[in-house]
Amino acid sequence: MVDRDVKESLQVKLEKNIFGMYLFMALSVSLAGIVEIVPLFTNPEAVKDEVIVADGSTKSLLWLRSKGQSLSDWKLGDGVRPLTALELAGRDIYQREGCYLCHSQMIRPFRDEKERYGHFSLAVESIYDHPFQWGSKRTGPDLARVGGKYSDEWHILHLRHPQVVVPESVMPKYHFLENALVDGSVIATHMSGLSKVGVPYTKEDIVQAPASVKGKNEMDAMVAYLQSLGNMIKFEDGVIYRE
Amino acid sequence: MNLTEKYDLGVVKWFAIMATVYLVIGTLLGVYIASELAFPFLNDLGTDLPYFQFGRLRPLHTNSVIFAFAGSALMASAFYIVQRTNQTRLWSNKMAWFTFWSWNTVIVLAVITLPLGLTQSREYAELEWPIDILITLAWVSYLYNFIMTIYIRNRNKVPHVYVANWFFMGMMVMVTYLHVINNLSIPVSAFKSYSIFSGVQDAMIQWWWGHNAVGFFLTAGFLGIMYYFVPKQAQRPIYSYRLSVIHFWALMFGYVWLGAHHLQYTALPDWAGSLGATISLAMIIPSWGGALNGILTLSGAWDRLREDYILRFLIMSLAFYAMSTFEGPVMAAKTVNALSHYTDWTIGHVHSGALGWNIMVAAGAIYHMIEKIYNVKMSQKLLGTHFWIHTIGTVIYIVAMWVSGIMQGLMWRAYDEYGTLAYTFAESVSAMHPYYVMRATGGTLVLLGAIIMLINIVMTIRRSGSVGQIANV
Repeated sequence: MVDRDVKESLQVKLEKNIFGMYLFMALSVSLAGIVEIVPLFTNPEAVKDEVIVADGSTKSLLWLRSKGQSLSDWKLGDGVRPLTALELAGRDIYQREGCYLCHSQMIRPFRDEKERYGHFSLAVESIYDHPFQWGSKRTGPDLARVGGKYSDEWHILHLRHPQVVVPESVMPKYHFLENALVDGSVIATHMSGLSKVGVPYTKEDIVQAPASVKGKNEMDAMVAYLQSLGNMIKFEDGVIYRE
Repeated sequence: MNLTEKYDLGVVKWFAIMATVYLVIGTLLGVYIASELAFPFLNDLGTDLPYFQFGRLRPLHTNSVIFAFAGSALMASAFYIVQRTNQTRLWSNKMAWFTFWSWNTVIVLAVITLPLGLTQSREYAELEWPIDILITLAWVSYLYNFIMTIYIRNRNKVPHVYVANWFFMGMMVMVTYLHVINNLSIPVSAFKSYSIFSGVQDAMIQWWWGHNAVGFFLTAGFLGIMYYFVPKQAQRPIYSYRLSVIHFWALMFGYVWLGAHHLQYTALPDWAGSLGATISLAMIIPSWGGALNGILTLSGAWDRLREDYILRFLIMSLAFYAMSTFEGPVMAAKTVNALSHYTDWTIGHVHSGALGWNIMVAAGAIYHMIEKIYNVKMSQKLLGTHFWIHTIGTVIYIVAMWVSGIMQGLMWRAYDEYGTLAYTFAESVSAMHPYYVMRATGGTLVLLGAIIMLINIVMTIRRSGSVGQIANV
């Protein structure tokens, strides 16, 4: 009897001691998170934000704003920047309507995806995306680089009634976006919220937000957001964007 | 002394009934959004209203089946099992009722907010921050009550805590952890917030949550259900204690790594995706360990499947569990994932687990509990009808999604003889139509099964009242 008690395995002890078991469970489920998630915060390679270009110099993939520049000073291909007030309003609608449920924003490094959608997506391209909008399903096509692919007019026609431009489409109609105006003060609040979690909006960006969306409706915002997707970085040949 | 005098079963009963009601609602929503993909006019029915569009209703479907249905089934069975296996009443019946009302309030709030478009846009964690706080309270009260009930057991009578309880506890611990971290966000108004994480880190955290909602909520917890109700219904002890220890700890340790397999070939560092895929392959062993442990419990009593429909639900669920835990690792393998990711195959895989494993094992458990609590037999005819209609519906659903998913994957990467892409995206969409109709048909059968289940339960309860077999429940 005594022998048996001595040999009592850890498992048996845990089965008799519920709090001990609780502790072991909490430990065993924590390991994976620590190994897989923590390095994404600590290792700068996880969100690589600069590359070496042809002449050997280093180039930032982020838009490095000089003092006094506003979001409207950004030029196509200047690097990843925060969304403008109107684009952010569009992104809020994108979230609200659940667009991410049918459209991904993450191009994988395959030949067919490159030809269909464009250059594979980089981690740095969604650095200001709270939360990320990579999606998990393509009931419709990927949108990571839809910006600049179609005209504003095409987008409006398509959002109003998708089947008019793409007869096979199963996308719902979003004509009601034209009936609602964007609320500038709400967007300013959203921008200051995002600046608290690390999106580099300046005070001026936030102050100017209400004026910049004045008179715009949700359709304008949605189109502005879609047109902003995927063309912030100008990709160059021969540059290694990802190891 | 009958069962209802010995234990606190009122809350169990109500959770079980609500689980069935939510099953009907959740599958109804599923059928509706599946039909929207086949017939897009259903998105607005000619109105200007956005409330029943796919993008708004899909989160309501997932939330109502995962949290409303599966959550209520887990709560009913956990409160039942913890009392019976520890031979004690609940530590606090009042707290259990708090769990019941707060959980149901969450569900009502989900039904209101999601169609209004109030969402965090995180898959399976769409509910906004005030509701998340309420979920945390409900969940922690569930956890605390459960552990304390085990703690107050008579340790001379019940020295060891039975295996079903470990699985429930593992789920409760992990889900608390996942829910809190994944929902960390900064509120900007009463019903709008932004995640404090962004981009790649946010993606990893979201899928750490996403896969473990499956791994713990829908697997560990449901294995807890399996470990009690299969031996009970079969009236035989569990096949192997040793196997249950091994696969329990393997699951606790291993499942948490799998989230990264949802992000293979994305901007997530390659090592993380590969690590997730590797451990996914290894997870076949603990998963099949559990499935075999359940199925082999029946060895020597296989004939009981012939007349016992409740046992059939339980055993069929394990067959589906084994099937989908084989399919999962296959899909996590990088070469397969390159094809299957972003396609309907993923949806099919989830549903082979959800319809085949979760609904079936929960139905078995709920039927068993209602029969025990009310001390009366269910209508065997309706049980049999539910079993067959549900099985056939599930198979139709899964097959439709296999075909459409693999077809999508192949069409997207197909090249013609000139070396250009063979199909436009729109062509792949129109090719899906027949399979989307087929999927909606399979789903309709599952919905009909759920309605039959609800009718059977309500009629059984009414009959038990009229024959006076039950007192003070």
